[in-house]
Amino acid sequence: MQSTTSSLDTQCRSDFPVLERRVRDDKALVYLDNAATTQKPIQVIDAITDYYKNHNSNIHRAVHALAEESTEAFEATRDKVTKFLNVTNSKEIIFVKGTTEAINLVAYAWGRDNVQKGDIVVTTEYEHHSNIVPWQILTQETGAELKYIDIDENGELMLEQLDEHLATGKVKLVAVSHVSNVLGTITDVKEVITKCKNAGAKILIDGAQAVPHMKVDISDLDCDFYAFSAHKMLGPTGVGVLWARKELLEKMRPFQGGGDMIREVHKFETTYNDLPYKFEAGTPNVADVICFSAAIDYLTKIGMNNVRNHEIELTEYALEKMSKVKGLVIYGPKDTEKQGGVISFNFKDVHPHDVATIVDKNGVAIRSGHHCAQVLMEKLEVAATNRASFYIYTTKQEIDALINSLEEVAKVFKL
Amino acid sequence: MSGDPIYTEMIIEYSRNPSNFGKIEDPQIHRHDSNPLCGDSIDLYVNTDGTKITEVKFDGKGCAICMACTSVLTEMIQNKNLDEVKNFQKDELLAELGLEHLIKTSPVRIKCALLSLKALKYGIYSYFVEKMNDTEAAGNLKEEAASLY
Repeated sequence: MQSTTSSLDTQCRSDFPVLERRVRDDKALVYLDNAATTQKPIQVIDAITDYYKNHNSNIHRAVHALAEESTEAFEATRDKVTKFLNVTNSKEIIFVKGTTEAINLVAYAWGRDNVQKGDIVVTTEYEHHSNIVPWQILTQETGAELKYIDIDENGELMLEQLDEHLATGKVKLVAVSHVSNVLGTITDVKEVITKCKNAGAKILIDGAQAVPHMKVDISDLDCDFYAFSAHKMLGPTGVGVLWARKELLEKMRPFQGGGDMIREVHKFETTYNDLPYKFEAGTPNVADVICFSAAIDYLTKIGMNNVRNHEIELTEYALEKMSKVKGLVIYGPKDTEKQGGVISFNFKDVHPHDVATIVDKNGVAIRSGHHCAQVLMEKLEVAATNRASFYIYTTKQEIDALINSLEEVAKVFKL
Repeated sequence: MSGDPIYTEMIIEYSRNPSNFGKIEDPQIHRHDSNPLCGDSIDLYVNTDGTKITEVKFDGKGCAICMACTSVLTEMIQNKNLDEVKNFQKDELLAELGLEHLIKTSPVRIKCALLSLKALKYGIYSYFVEKMNDTEAAGNLKEEAASLY
């Protein structure tokens, strides 16, 4: 019965040691919190061990053998990211500690010189706090205005509101996530980018939930800024990427001052280093950037279209089964064409933390809370939701385990 | 589900029909508190004649554990002397609902269980310090509240 795509989990599952864990009175771990962070394959774990065992050294400065090896491996990851995203110039790839830092970098280094009183910055109701708070800080500081694109009842952006904002002629930047971390809604980024370009507004895409799950081609998208994190795509924590157009990066002031980002420092003036180093002050997260390579190799080998197809199949299966659980309300598009492998849901009258505790006792790890998206929670008129999110190693049996636990919730709370 | 029970009949019942749910207008003590993690958010209202608790109510939103514990807390402190309430220990509250095991088994959910007690201790502290200008009577309630979880 298994189709070619669903064999993906069988093919890769044994590469993930943690999936063999037993938790909570010897229950098999069912890990469905992949939108928060994914598990790591042995190839990534081995890469980090190998780095510290055999190559550890600071990069870009010393001439000794280890420094050369480390520098080479670090820059090789940059090249790999360049290729993975179909970017033409590797100097446009800035390593940061995560999506949050990437967005803050843009808000600080681009925003402070390009957004003034009377200007508008646009974000959306389904953004993560990391794509709201930096813009609140920026607009409060500059006297600019922050506007939102609302979502409709299917959890999709009402793009006619973007048209209205752009029509004012005052929009300097539109910041939108590629895939919502709560609802799983896939933004029509092509449409958003075209609209922004026509109106002369810059466009930043938060790709934290997109790059790990589907083919993202930045040359094709033609946006201005794109951000994502390594740890949501099999890689280590503490590594993220900001891609931005060279013309923008060259004009931007540095984000942080320090080592590596300088060319010459005198008592009262400094000339800055070339791209991308101008934005990478201090010793970067060398080890984790290097082992991020192994994660990219792993995903490249699988093929991003296969990753997406596997998640479509799982999401369809889960949506169908969940719709039959008594008292369960599902948020978002409920249409796998428009939705990534993320499903947010609630039981009527049962707090999400009670749901998570009951399913956790059965070894099923889901997330409950506001998912760093309180603006969206307000919109949905809930304090929190439960969220199940899938990845390459997720099986249909694991979704069955989730469903069984959800049925138990309905029973305990007499729904 | 296995292990120590959390969702007992009593907890489900209290979460569905909380005791002393509502608001007191212009109370002597009012404290709002919330758990950012799970979004439990309650307001505790207390009236006192200076020696004992004369009236207590709460409102807000929370999980079953939070609702049940807050309900039971309001029942337990009703008509109690302030001195007794000041010394009220978390174990007493948890024992009432059979949730003592949470201290060990769930550092996350213990916050849901003790949110109202934290609000109460802070509330009484503010009452003594701000309304009665009596820091001595307030004792170390603030530190106690801060270290509950």
